[in-house]
Amino acid sequence: MIPTSDRELALELSQHQVRGRLHWFELGRRDFLKLAGGGILICASVRQLTAQEAGRMRRGPELPKDVAAWLYIAEDGRVTVFTGKVEVGQNIRTSLAQQVAEELRVSVGSISLIMGDTDVVPWDAGTFGSRTTPTMGPQLRLIAVAAREMLLGIAAQAWGVDASSLVAADGKITNPKTKQSRTYGELTHGQKLVKVIEGDPPFTPATEWQIAGQPVGKVDGTDFVTGKHAYTPDMTRPGMLYGKILRPAGFKASLTSLDDGAAKQLANITVVRDGDFVGVTAPDLWSVEQALGALKAEWKVPQQISDRDLLSYLKANADKGESEPPTTTGSVSQAMQSAEIKLAQTYSVAYIQHAPLEPRSALAEWQGDKLTVWTGTQRPFAVRDELAGMFRIPPQNVRVLVPDTGSAYGGKHIGDAAVEAARLAKAAGKPVKVIWTREEEFTWAYFRPAGVIEISSGALRNGTIVAWQHHNYNSGPAAIDTPYNIANKRIQFHPVDAPLRQGSYRGLAATANHFARESHMDELAHAAGMDPLQFRLKNTTDDRLRAVFEAVAEKAGWGKQKSSRERSFGIAGGFEKGGHLATVAEVESGPNGSLRVLRVVEAFDCGAVVNPNGLRNQVEGAIMMGIGGALFEAVRFENGRILNPHFSQYRVPRFRDMPQIDVVLVDRKDLPSAGAGETPIVGIAPAIANAIFAGTGERLRAMPLRKG
Amino acid sequence: MDSIIRVNGKEHHVTAPPDQPLLWVLRDNLQLTGTKYGCGEGQCGACTVLMEKRAVRSCLTPFSAAAGKNIMTIEGLEQNGELHPVQQAFLHEEAFQCGYCTSGMILSAVALLNGNHHPSEDEIVHAMNGNICRCGTYPRIVSAIRQAAQKG
Repeated sequence: MIPTSDRELALELSQHQVRGRLHWFELGRRDFLKLAGGGILICASVRQLTAQEAGRMRRGPELPKDVAAWLYIAEDGRVTVFTGKVEVGQNIRTSLAQQVAEELRVSVGSISLIMGDTDVVPWDAGTFGSRTTPTMGPQLRLIAVAAREMLLGIAAQAWGVDASSLVAADGKITNPKTKQSRTYGELTHGQKLVKVIEGDPPFTPATEWQIAGQPVGKVDGTDFVTGKHAYTPDMTRPGMLYGKILRPAGFKASLTSLDDGAAKQLANITVVRDGDFVGVTAPDLWSVEQALGALKAEWKVPQQISDRDLLSYLKANADKGESEPPTTTGSVSQAMQSAEIKLAQTYSVAYIQHAPLEPRSALAEWQGDKLTVWTGTQRPFAVRDELAGMFRIPPQNVRVLVPDTGSAYGGKHIGDAAVEAARLAKAAGKPVKVIWTREEEFTWAYFRPAGVIEISSGALRNGTIVAWQHHNYNSGPAAIDTPYNIANKRIQFHPVDAPLRQGSYRGLAATANHFARESHMDELAHAAGMDPLQFRLKNTTDDRLRAVFEAVAEKAGWGKQKSSRERSFGIAGGFEKGGHLATVAEVESGPNGSLRVLRVVEAFDCGAVVNPNGLRNQVEGAIMMGIGGALFEAVRFENGRILNPHFSQYRVPRFRDMPQIDVVLVDRKDLPSAGAGETPIVGIAPAIANAIFAGTGERLRAMPLRKG
Repeated sequence: MDSIIRVNGKEHHVTAPPDQPLLWVLRDNLQLTGTKYGCGEGQCGACTVLMEKRAVRSCLTPFSAAAGKNIMTIEGLEQNGELHPVQQAFLHEEAFQCGYCTSGMILSAVALLNGNHHPSEDEIVHAMNGNICRCGTYPRIVSAIRQAAQKG
C-alpha cells in the first residue's frame, strides 16, 4: 500500500506512534502563571492537552495550493523549493530536486530545497512510511508544471504570441521562430508566482525524463566529505550553554531524593528540577559532565520483566486494549480439513535499537514566549506541536528547524531532546544544546517493537496453499497480509501493553511479518518437496512479485548449485509500500554455529526509478542494516535497565559482516514511483534463515538468528 | 592546563583540563565540528583524527596526550582548494548516505593508505572495521578506498 489519502496517512501514523513520554513538566509556578496568562491550570490537564494535540494532528491542515507557498524563482534564476520533508540520508534533497528540475526545465544545480523549517515550509505530517517519493514528489512536480505554464504565459503575453508556440528549456523560455529568449529570472523579476493550482496539469512521463531517472550525485555531497555540513550537534548560538539530563536509574522510576549541593558549588552551573526531571547547564561540555556527575540522586525503580520472559509476556498480555478483529477470507477450519500438509510454527523478533550515528540532540532558544529549536527529527511539525503542548504556548510561537540529519531509520519521530533543551533553556535564560550520549541513545530512545508471530497453514501435495493463519503479537500490522493467493485465511494483529517504550523503525513490522511468512513459506515448500522458488511462483499471480523473483533467481543463479554447509542458498520476497522485492542470500555455516553471509542478491521494483544510484545505495544499505537485525542485534533488559547500552555490547553490522551485494533494479517507467527507504530491508532475514536451513537442516525461527 | 596544539598546520593556544577529550577541544575550543561524537567509547570511529599521521579516536585521547602534537582533522585534508584523493573517491562512489560517519571514515582511510599504498580488500576491511556506518555503505567505502589507492 502506498499511503496517499488522509485515511491511509492516519493508518500509517498510528503505526508510528510512540507510546509513553519521557517527561511531564509542572514548570515553575511563576512560569506557569505567565504562560497561562494568569489563569488557573491544573496539572492533570497537561496530559489531556497533549493527547488532544496528538489526536488533532492525525489529520493535518489542508496543503496550500498556491505555487508561491512551494516554489520561488529569484531574479538570478535560482529556484528555491519549500518542503516539510527532511533529509536524513535517504537522499531526497537530491531526488526531489531532480523531479522539480525535470518539470520546471532547469538544472538540478539551480535548485535549493528549504526542508523542515516550520516557519517557512507548508505543513507536513513527517518523513516516514516511504511517503516522500509517492506524495511529495508528485506534489512538487505539480507545482513545477504550474510554474512552467505560468512562465510560458508571461512570455507569451510579452511577445504577443500563443504560449503553445514557445519552449521552456534550460531555465529559459524561447520562441523557436524568432529566437527570442528570456531567462525565468528575467520573466519573474523575483516576484512571487501567485497562482492557485486547479485541475491536474500533465506530468512529463518517465519515458521522456531527462533529469529525473538519472544517477545525479548528492546535491551537496562535497559538504559531507569536507566536514562542512553542520548537523544539530554542530550548531551554536551566542551565549549558548550545554545541557545534560540526570537519567533515572531505570524505566518508570520515581525520584526519591536529590542532593545537588556539590553540583551547585561548581562555577557557572544551573541545576533545574521540575518534578522528576533534573538537568544541569554549563558553558561547556566538560563542565556540564562534571556537574552531572556531582548530582546525587536516589530513585525507586519498580520491578519489571526481563528480556528472558519477553515472549511469554507478549502472548499473555495481548488484546487488553483496543484490538481490531481478524481479517478473514473463506473458512480456514474447513480448508484445513482438506489439507494434506499441515504446519503450525511460532516465530519471534527481539527489541532492537535504531542506533543512528548522530545521537538525538537539540539546540533551544527562547525569546520571550517564542521558542526556536534546531533538532534532528523526522517530524518537525509534530515536534513543534509537542513543544507547544509541553510549554503551553500556541504552536505558532514555536519554530522547529531540522538540519540535514545523521540518520533516523524511524527513530526520530518525537522531540525528547528538543523538549529537554527547551526546558533547560527556559530555566537558564540562555540557549541550551543537549546532545545525548550513546548510552542514553541505547536506553532512552524508543525501541523497534519485539513480537511473536504464529502461523499455521495447510497445503495440498501439489503445492497449492489452501489455508493460512497469521497472528502477530505486538510487533505490528505492516505487511501482515500474504501476497500469495490463498482462498482461506485469517490474519490478525494483537496489540500488547508493551514492557518497553516502542515506536517506528525502518519498515515497521514488515520485517517481522516477512521473516515469519517467508520462513513459513520455505517450511511449506520443503514439506511439499518443492523448490522454494517454484513453490512461491506456483502460489502467486502478482506479476510484479513474479518478476522480481525471476530477476533475482537469474542474477543469483538460483538452482544451479546444491546447498551445502560451505555455501547454501535461501530465497524470500514480498511487497510493501509500493515496493516489490525478492532476495537471495548465500551463507557459509561454520562449526559451533558460526555464520557468514557471503553474497546477497536483491531484485527491487518501486515503479519508475527517480535516481538509480541513490536507489542502489538505499537497497545496499537496507541489506547491510538488515543483516544486523537478522543475525545479532537484540536489546537485553532487566528490571527497567538496559543491559547492553554500548556498541561494545550491542553489535551492529561492521565491515567484516559485509557480503558481496548485487542489486537488480526493475525500472517500471509505466508505474508511479514509490518510496524505497524501507522495503528493501524486509527480505534479508528470511533469506538468511532459509539459507541456513538449506545448509544445515536447522530451522531458526527467532530473530536474531545468531547471538554472537 | 594551558598548551599549544597544532591542528591542520596551525598552532592554537588552548586552555582546557588535561583529561578533557581531544574531541571536545576540537569541537568546542576550536570550533572544528567536522569531527563527530558517535559513542565516546572508541567503538564507532566517528571521531577519528590523525595524530602524527596515525588514526586515533579523539574521544579517548586526552588533551594532555595531544598537546604539542600534529593533529589533522577533516577540515585540513583539502589542499589549495582541491579535495584529497580519498575525499574525491568518497564523493565519486557516493560512499555515504547521512554522512555523519564520513569524516571518521575518510581519516581512517587516509591513515590506512599512508601506511599501505595498495591494500587488499581484506586489509581494508581489517583496518576499517572499527568505524561504523549505520546506513550500511560499507561496500561503497571499500570501493572508494580502492579507487583512491589506484590514484594515489
